[in-house]
Amino acid sequence: MDATEVGLWGVPLAILGGAIRVSTPFIFVSLGEAITERSGRINLGLEGTLVFGAMAAYAVAVMTNSPWLGLIAAAGAGLCFGLFHGWICKFPKVNDIAIGIALMLFGSGLAFFFGKPFIKPKAPNLPAIPFGGWSDIPQVQAALDVNVLFLIGAVLSVILWWAFRNTRAGLIVRVVGDSSDAARAMGLDPDTVRLLATGVGGALAGIGGAYLSLYYPGSWTERISSGQGLMAVALVIFARWNPLGCFAAALLFGGAGALGPALQSVGVTQGYYLFYAAPYILTLIIMIATSSPTRSLAGAPGELSITK
Amino acid sequence: MTDTVTGAGMPTLLGARGYPAALEWIARRAETFVIPLAALIVGMALFSLFIALVGKSPVLLYETMWRGGFGSWFSIQNSLSRAAPLLLAALCVALPARLGLVVIGGEGAIVLGGVGAAAIGVALSGAPSFIVILAMGVAGMAAGGIWIGAVGALRHYRAVNETISSLLMAYIAIALMNQLVEGPLRDPASLNKPSTQPLADIYRIGNIPGMDVHWGLVVGVVACILSWVVIEKTRWGFAARIAGGNVRAAQVQGLAVGPLIVGFTALAGGFAGLAGMLEVAAVQGSANASLAAGYGYTGILVAFLARHNPLAIIPVAILLGGIDASGGLIQRRMDLPDATVLVLQGMIFIVILFSETLYGRFKAFNPDLWKRPDLSRGTA
Repeated sequence: MDATEVGLWGVPLAILGGAIRVSTPFIFVSLGEAITERSGRINLGLEGTLVFGAMAAYAVAVMTNSPWLGLIAAAGAGLCFGLFHGWICKFPKVNDIAIGIALMLFGSGLAFFFGKPFIKPKAPNLPAIPFGGWSDIPQVQAALDVNVLFLIGAVLSVILWWAFRNTRAGLIVRVVGDSSDAARAMGLDPDTVRLLATGVGGALAGIGGAYLSLYYPGSWTERISSGQGLMAVALVIFARWNPLGCFAAALLFGGAGALGPALQSVGVTQGYYLFYAAPYILTLIIMIATSSPTRSLAGAPGELSITK
Repeated sequence: MTDTVTGAGMPTLLGARGYPAALEWIARRAETFVIPLAALIVGMALFSLFIALVGKSPVLLYETMWRGGFGSWFSIQNSLSRAAPLLLAALCVALPARLGLVVIGGEGAIVLGGVGAAAIGVALSGAPSFIVILAMGVAGMAAGGIWIGAVGALRHYRAVNETISSLLMAYIAIALMNQLVEGPLRDPASLNKPSTQPLADIYRIGNIPGMDVHWGLVVGVVACILSWVVIEKTRWGFAARIAGGNVRAAQVQGLAVGPLIVGFTALAGGFAGLAGMLEVAAVQGSANASLAAGYGYTGILVAFLARHNPLAIIPVAILLGGIDASGGLIQRRMDLPDATVLVLQGMIFIVILFSETLYGRFKAFNPDLWKRPDLSRGTA
């Protein structure tokens, strides 16, 4: 059975499958960034964390032959990067955005440094669940081959959405993000809360990286991430710091990212590079549409430097 | 703040706190030299530790780095050639920074500047060479200027975060370049590496006489000096510094902040576009994927290391050009990955940013906090 048999239906099908496949790193990075930003800091370094997480996961998976140990390694490495960002930003006059840029370069540099020997070997992949088994059409099967991390990400976004509203920890993060002074008056230490929030955010970004190298595209190269970590930061703003919004926006971005390959699969090769740029253009358009010079963003944490 | 006290009968050579004026003058200015320099040294020391931990000799590494970057006339010329685009790329960060904007998408302006220049160079082939080269420079600056100027306009008129938008625009620019170079502008003869048609030799920019370094270095140095003059000595620069300090205060003063931001970001992007034009006209000979060589990202580090002072960018760009140039030698001699240089740059970057917290903390740099010397004995 070949592509012509599903005809043009192949495009939306490939976009759907692509959205599920491509969106997973967006989900994890944006959920992580949402936690960090809700606490009042912005970590642009998640791009570097994503790349390092991808490398760490792949390297450990190659050495231990277990993708799950790779995943844990990526989360651990991400946690370290996040904690480092959280620690260094507590010093006065240290700019969280600039530190994020530095960590973006540093994380990628370290990943390339240690990742060199792992470009060739093959690592075991994270498992996927074939939800498309009911269909005989390979395109449908391919589109509905859903990785476990996607499902975990979906559940996590619901849990986080609930936790921000209903748990003590969620409330503490929100108070610290809205006003350092109010938090101090309640006896909370904003620096500690932000340290932990940035650490958790880093760990989630590391998991996003593990997905890249251990499932899709499923190998470690120096070009593994093309700004997904950064787009996820923009996506959080679009999602208004709401974890459910992050999940939806990640799906949208995943679909946009799958547009180029989907069109190519049905033979549209004109403007391939422009379709490849679709997620960036979409991000930019969304940022322009949702920002305003006259009113502050609805739902924005008050301490966030990006909205001040 | 305080003028030299003369009324009390003290010699005018004494400064506000009663110490020699020269000493106080030096102390006030030393901070901006000593702290970045110390941060640079600490960053390199941390990197030594890293290199020792992966089982290599830091001494050998720095020796190799010195040899590859500055040890011979050949390597010095190599470093200077790499410094040329870094100067312009760093200005793309430093100029908006004076307005309080963090623009990190210079890579996009470099790429589009290169493509724009190459397109004009091919389109005008046949015209006198100085006209073509001039037109290429203008085209490169215009392409880069529009790109980063748009980032500034979005920031001011739509409150779109400039850091994220500039980096997104860099990715879009690279996609646009790939599309143009593989599509409408492609030279059919370029098989393995899609490129625009090569420029005729008369439209190429040559070397500075007596050196194996192209004229781009001079262009970069002149651009830095010009930028310094604009920021420090003109009304616009003064207005920009006020707006960078406090936008509201600037608006209350009746400054047109919008045009100021768009103008400065466009100029910054223009410089980065010029870097792309120079890469095409002096190095590559055509526009291709090599334009996205990472100069835009190293330029961010150069600008922060120079604390966004255009004059300080000159030595810093040469230093980092040298580090860049030594990458190949480090890889061959020490069997270290080519990303070694990236790790070093990242470490220096982090330490430099961390050092921001140290300003104003040392009494030695602030004569206002010095104890007054006992004048009753000195002048009696």
